[in-house]
Amino acid sequence: MPPLPERVERRGVSKMALNRKIAYIDLTTGNIETRPIPLEVRKKFLGGRGLDAYLLLNHTEKGCDPLGPGNALIMSGGILTATCASATARTHIMAKSPLTNMLGSANMGGFFAPELAWAGFHHLVIKGKAEKPVYIWIHNGEIEIRDAAAIWGKTTTETQWAIREELGDEDIKSAVIGPAGENLVAYANVMTGIKNSAGRTGMGCVMGSKNLKAVAVRGTMDVEIAHPVEALEYNKKFIEQITSAKVNQTQGVLGTPFIWGATNSWGGIRNRNFQYNQCEDADDIEPERIDEICEETMGPHHMTGCFACQVHCRAQYKVPSGPFAGKYDEGPEYTSLGAFGGEPDCKSAETVLAGNHLVDQFGVDNLEIGSMISWAMELYELGILTSKETDGLDLRFGNDEALLEMVERICFRKGWLGDTLADGGLPAAEKIGKSSFDYLIQVKGMNNLHSDERGTPALALNIATASRGSDHLRSRPAIDLYHLPEKVLRKIYSNPIPYDGPLSSEHTSYEGKPWQVFWQENCYMAVDCLGICKYHTVFLGATLPNFEDWPKVLYYNTGLEMTPEEIWEIAERCNNLERLFNLREGLRRDDPRKGDTLNHRYFDEPCRRGAPDIVGSFIDREKFSKMIDEFYAHHGWNKNGVPKKETLKRLGLDQEPSHLL
Amino acid sequence: MEKVLMINYQKCTGCRLCELVCSVMHDGVSNPARSRIKIMKWEAEGLYVPMSCHQCEDAPCMNVCPVKAISRDEDLGSVTVDYDICIGCRSCVAVCPFGAMNYNVIDKKVFKCDLCGGDPQCVRFCEVKAIEYVDADRVSVYKKRDAAQRLYAAQKEGAALQAAL
Repeated sequence: MPPLPERVERRGVSKMALNRKIAYIDLTTGNIETRPIPLEVRKKFLGGRGLDAYLLLNHTEKGCDPLGPGNALIMSGGILTATCASATARTHIMAKSPLTNMLGSANMGGFFAPELAWAGFHHLVIKGKAEKPVYIWIHNGEIEIRDAAAIWGKTTTETQWAIREELGDEDIKSAVIGPAGENLVAYANVMTGIKNSAGRTGMGCVMGSKNLKAVAVRGTMDVEIAHPVEALEYNKKFIEQITSAKVNQTQGVLGTPFIWGATNSWGGIRNRNFQYNQCEDADDIEPERIDEICEETMGPHHMTGCFACQVHCRAQYKVPSGPFAGKYDEGPEYTSLGAFGGEPDCKSAETVLAGNHLVDQFGVDNLEIGSMISWAMELYELGILTSKETDGLDLRFGNDEALLEMVERICFRKGWLGDTLADGGLPAAEKIGKSSFDYLIQVKGMNNLHSDERGTPALALNIATASRGSDHLRSRPAIDLYHLPEKVLRKIYSNPIPYDGPLSSEHTSYEGKPWQVFWQENCYMAVDCLGICKYHTVFLGATLPNFEDWPKVLYYNTGLEMTPEEIWEIAERCNNLERLFNLREGLRRDDPRKGDTLNHRYFDEPCRRGAPDIVGSFIDREKFSKMIDEFYAHHGWNKNGVPKKETLKRLGLDQEPSHLL
Repeated sequence: MEKVLMINYQKCTGCRLCELVCSVMHDGVSNPARSRIKIMKWEAEGLYVPMSCHQCEDAPCMNVCPVKAISRDEDLGSVTVDYDICIGCRSCVAVCPFGAMNYNVIDKKVFKCDLCGGDPQCVRFCEVKAIEYVDADRVSVYKKRDAAQRLYAAQKEGAALQAAL
């Protein structure tokens, strides 16, 4: 390679790439204030989700109405967003959740966050409520609140194209809500592009409650790179590490459906709500079949990717048949296979692809809506719901038409059941009554991913303790399923903080799992603060970058010098902030609706299908409780899951820190 | 031997890493507005086409330049701008049939692909090989092979159909 132009070297010397700002936007008053983000704040929270947690804690009142003007909707990129690091595409959105009444947090790929950075910002704090529908337009440091009367009512993609047309720039990126967000469905999402979704905890519902249809951004401002030559070279190395992992190579061909297929093969997939742990006769929705349809409709090169990412895990397809035949969309991901395939026991690719298209257009969390409908299906088969409540709809498992009909009814709050389910699991269970709550597979009011954790204690601990309700992306030690030798586990899990406690290669074991979940929790928090994708860390692949590799990326791109231990401590600090928020909003360890608990079926109903070591397995109550104790102890939390004084002191959270931003 | 950028848009995933590394390589900052290469997108159809300079032999930008600031580097096979001569009139931007001559509003300068002096970073970073740097006379050979493969496949399919009748 020839030497890089001299001017690159000159420009890069000791430049701090951290000049992106924060904007406070009040939709009630129209007041907009922008401020730099102090270096002190960066050193404590980095950016992205961690800094969002700090902002949420300080900019909302205890017990505030998630749909009221007092809730703060926070959008951000990570500290590495738009730099010369790999896959810095992630947008993070945080607010108090209307679904859980606790921490709301969602993350999406695409191109929004980098564009926000080129427009001059890393964090937006949106408060108040607009009198009429509006959208926010951010362009090279300027922020304007604009009338959205003409786009209210449009689907997610229609909205994005209409904004581009109105403002006359096809490079505008928008984070928008669809009809579900406008209709205040408690799990409406925020979307950008065709299918990138900040799906969980109803962030689209919060936008809808503020009469905010979209945030549109466009930027052509430089994001300074502290050491561009080194950043470029290190990025090349980093990409090689990422693309050499087998798991990412497979993702690049089959996308996330491959994880669904693999998990289903051994019995880790929820089927018929939670009756079975494997979906049988699923040939038509296996990843290879989905891939065939993508190839038939989009040609041999049908994978696409988020900003600057070489994993390209997102498939492109056109709906092959049925009422939406010929419609272009992207995905389906694992969650669409679960929501419209495995869980409701509808085993047709056409249904999965149509369902995926509907949620993408309406802007609703596919995971949550699929689980809600499957729950209703079980209640219907049990006679807890009858055709009176369903307005005559035959809501049994395997009824593809009823499934798709329910998606529309929920998003537009049609009929008694559609309206009831749109409020989210806990209020719906209250309204339906009888024993309906017992069948709701939720934690903290949010439904679980379409996976079944009865045979995997580590994964069960993960979903029970995740800070945003039942969720796999907060702390899942997915590599626990690979039966890696203890030596390998130790290498990963005793860095950067030494750990000499037990570690087990056996996924059915309870040994050492709390530490693994604790480690992953910090790992994923760090990733979310950096603003990169979880496929670029120890999530699905054991060889992928983690704490040891991030200091260099951080230094070359931002000039910030940090050790792996310091990054770990930041992650711990931010996880404690989320814990403090949840405790403030009512988290109690054993509360079945707001605690670190699991649905009773995890303990009482053994797995009926799957691999020999999975059949018959269930979670042992006593051992589970011991895992929770141990998990809290690793955090420096007491038996009730409340951070101890010395923990808060160690992390610098013991004094009122709200003055920083 | 002169080498050229060979773009196969069907392979492009639309990730825009090429735009990122182009701006970092040339200007030391991340900013696609400074990139010499740009992916044109039809998002509603999932179509992405990377566009860059074709380094024309009889380059319109070179011909139109009133102060002769643009010339051909015969060794590299690239068309280059001499900024000591350039007056920033943007005639070259107006005349380029591919939109490959750009104008940078920050530095107030025109800019275009310089093939990174023989090691184009867009090529180096594109894992899916949507952009390759190949000998100028090989482009048509690669295209021939692709076309031949399609012809062969079609013929085989046709024969199978006929046999099934």
